Amino acid sequence: MNKPAYMWNYIPLLMQILAAVGLAGFIIAASWFIGRHRNSKVKLAAYECGMVAQGDARGRFSVRFYMVAMLFILFDVEAVFMLPWAVIYRKLPATTGSRFFGFWEMLVYVGFVLVGFFYIWKKGILEWSKDKADL
Amino acid sequence: MTAVSPALRILPEILLTLTGVLVMVTEPLLSAKTSRKPLGIFALLGTLAAIAASAWQLHLPAGTAFFNTIQTDAFSVFFHLLIGGILLVTLLVSLNYFEGHSTYVGEFYALLLFSAVGMMLMTSAIELLMVFLGLEISSISTYILAGYRKRSAVSAEASIKYFLLGSFATAFFLYGVALCFGATGSTNIHSIATGVASGSSPLLLALALGMMLIGLGFKVSAAPFHVWTPDVYEGAPAPVVGFMSTAPKAAAFAVLLRITYTGFGTMSHIWIPLLWIMAVASMTIGNLGALTQRNVKRMLAYSSIAHAGYLLVAFTAFSADGLAAACFYTAAYAAMNVGAFAIISYLSGYDERRVHLQDYAGLAKRHPLASAAMAIFLLSLIGIPFTAGFFGKFYVFTTAMHSGLWILVTIGLLNSGLAAFYYLRFLSQLYMQPYDAAQDISEAPAQPAFVLGIAILVAAVLVLGIIPNRVLRLAQAGAATYFPCSGTNAAEVHTQPNLLR
Repeated sequence: MNKPAYMWNYIPLLMQILAAVGLAGFIIAASWFIGRHRNSKVKLAAYECGMVAQGDARGRFSVRFYMVAMLFILFDVEAVFMLPWAVIYRKLPATTGSRFFGFWEMLVYVGFVLVGFFYIWKKGILEWSKDKADL
Repeated sequence: MTAVSPALRILPEILLTLTGVLVMVTEPLLSAKTSRKPLGIFALLGTLAAIAASAWQLHLPAGTAFFNTIQTDAFSVFFHLLIGGILLVTLLVSLNYFEGHSTYVGEFYALLLFSAVGMMLMTSAIELLMVFLGLEISSISTYILAGYRKRSAVSAEASIKYFLLGSFATAFFLYGVALCFGATGSTNIHSIATGVASGSSPLLLALALGMMLIGLGFKVSAAPFHVWTPDVYEGAPAPVVGFMSTAPKAAAFAVLLRITYTGFGTMSHIWIPLLWIMAVASMTIGNLGALTQRNVKRMLAYSSIAHAGYLLVAFTAFSADGLAAACFYTAAYAAMNVGAFAIISYLSGYDERRVHLQDYAGLAKRHPLASAAMAIFLLSLIGIPFTAGFFGKFYVFTTAMHSGLWILVTIGLLNSGLAAFYYLRFLSQLYMQPYDAAQDISEAPAQPAFVLGIAILVAAVLVLGIIPNRVLRLAQAGAATYFPCSGTNAAEVHTQPNLLR
C-alpha cells in the first residue's frame, strides 16, 4: 500500500476550519433570516457592552501607560519561555550530550532579562510619579 | 570539525552583543550632562573585535553549530566582514552627529550594535526560524533608529511607516516559512533542498517561495515592494539611512542567496522569472523615480531601489560567478552609499538643513574636501571606471551575459545610462553652480573620527575599483561553498580581476 501524501496529515485541520466557518456562517445567516428586524434607537444603543462612550477615543494618553503595558508583555513572555524549559529539563542532558547545557543556557537567558530589568530601573521607567518630560 | 566549540561559530555575534549590553547598561549610569562619546568609542572597539573574530573564523573548518542552525563558511564570513565594516564606518561618522541634540545617544550605539548582531545571524543561519529571529532582531532595532530624530515629524513618520510595512512583510516571510515546513517537514535549508528535489507538493512550495520572496523583497527594497523606501529614507537621520540602506540589504541578500540557490536550487525555473521581473521593475522604477526628485535623500532612496535591481540581475544568472558578483556588488554598493549619506549628514547636520538639490549649489567652494569625497561616491554610483561601482556593475553584467540573459543586460545597461543623469545633476550642483554666500550655514568643523570614516570609505571605493582581487577572491570562496565543482566558469573568474590591472 502506498504511503499517503504528506499533505493528507492536514485534512483534519481543513475539516476543522470548514466546520468553524460553516457553523459561524450558519448561525449568523439563521439569526438574520429567522429573527425579526425592528431597529429602534434604544435597541441600537450600547447594551450590557460597557459604558456609554464619553468624548473622543482619539485623545492623547500619557506615554507611561504604553511603557507599563510594554514592560508587562515583555516580562510576561520572558517568564513563559521558562515553562517548556522546565518541562524538558531532565531530558536535556541526553539530547544535547552535555550535562549542564540546559542550565547554562537558562542562566544566560535570565542574565539578559536581568540586564533589561536593570536598564529600565535605572532609566526611571518604573517610577510613575517622577516627572519626566522627555520620556 | 567536531572539536570546534559552537560558541566560536558565533563569536562575532557574542562580542557585539556583549558590547551592546555594556553600552546599554552604562548609559543610565552616566549623568545627563556627560558626553556619550566614550560609549561610541567603546562600541567601535567592540566592532573591531567582532571584525577580527569574523576574519579569524576563516581559519575554522566550515561547519555547523547549535543543532544545525548556524553554518560558518567563507560565504558567511564575507557577509560578517561586510556588515562589521558598515557598522564600523557608521559608528565613526555618527560619533558627533547627536552631540547636544538627543538624550538617547548611548542607546543609539547599542541599537546599531544589536541590529548588526541580527544581520550577522541572518547571514550564517541555515535554519529559516533562525533567519526569522535574526530578521526580527535587526528590524526592530532599525525601526527605532529610523525615528531617532524624536522631535521631528518626518522622522516619526519614517519610523511608523517602516515599522508597519516591515512587520507586514515579515509576516509574509514567516508564512512562507510555515508553508515550507508544511511541504517538506523541515525548516532547515539543506533538508528543504532535499524535499524540493523530491518533487512532492510543487504548488505549495511555489507558494512558500513566493511568500518568502515578498518578505525579502521588502527588506532589499526591490520593486514592487519598494514603496516605503523614499519616505523612510527621507525622514530617518542621514547616518542611519546610510547604515540601513546597506547592511540589512546585504543580510537579506545573503538569506535570499541561501534560500534560492541552496534551498530551492532545483526549482530555479520558478524563481528565475520572478527575480527577472523584480530586477527589471526595480531598475526601471528606481531610476525613473530618481529623475524627478529634488530632495537628495529621496533621490538616493530611488537610486538604492535601482541598485537592488542591479543586484538581482546577478542573482538571475544562477551561477558561481553570479553569486560572487552579487557578493561583490553588495560590498561595492555599501562603500559608496554609506559614504554618500555620511557626507549629506555632515553637510546638513542634525536638523537636516540641506536636503534639497539647490541647497548644494556651489558647495564645492565652501567644502572642497567633502565635495570631492561626494564626487567620488557619486561617480562610483554612476559606475565610472576605477571606482567600486564600475567593477561591481561590470562583473554583474558580465556574469549575466555568460548565462545568456541578453535582454536583462540590455535593460540594465540602458538603466545605468539613465541613472548617470541624476547623479551628474547633483555633481553639477556641487561644482558648476554659483555659491550663494547669503545662504551660508556655519557647520561645526569635521571631527577626526568623521574624517577617518570618510577616508576609509573613499579608500574602499577606490580599492574595490582598482585592485578588487582580495575582496573578489573572498566572494569567490564564498560562492565556491555553493558551487563546489563549477569548473568551466572558475577559469574565467580568475582571469577577470586582472583586466583592470
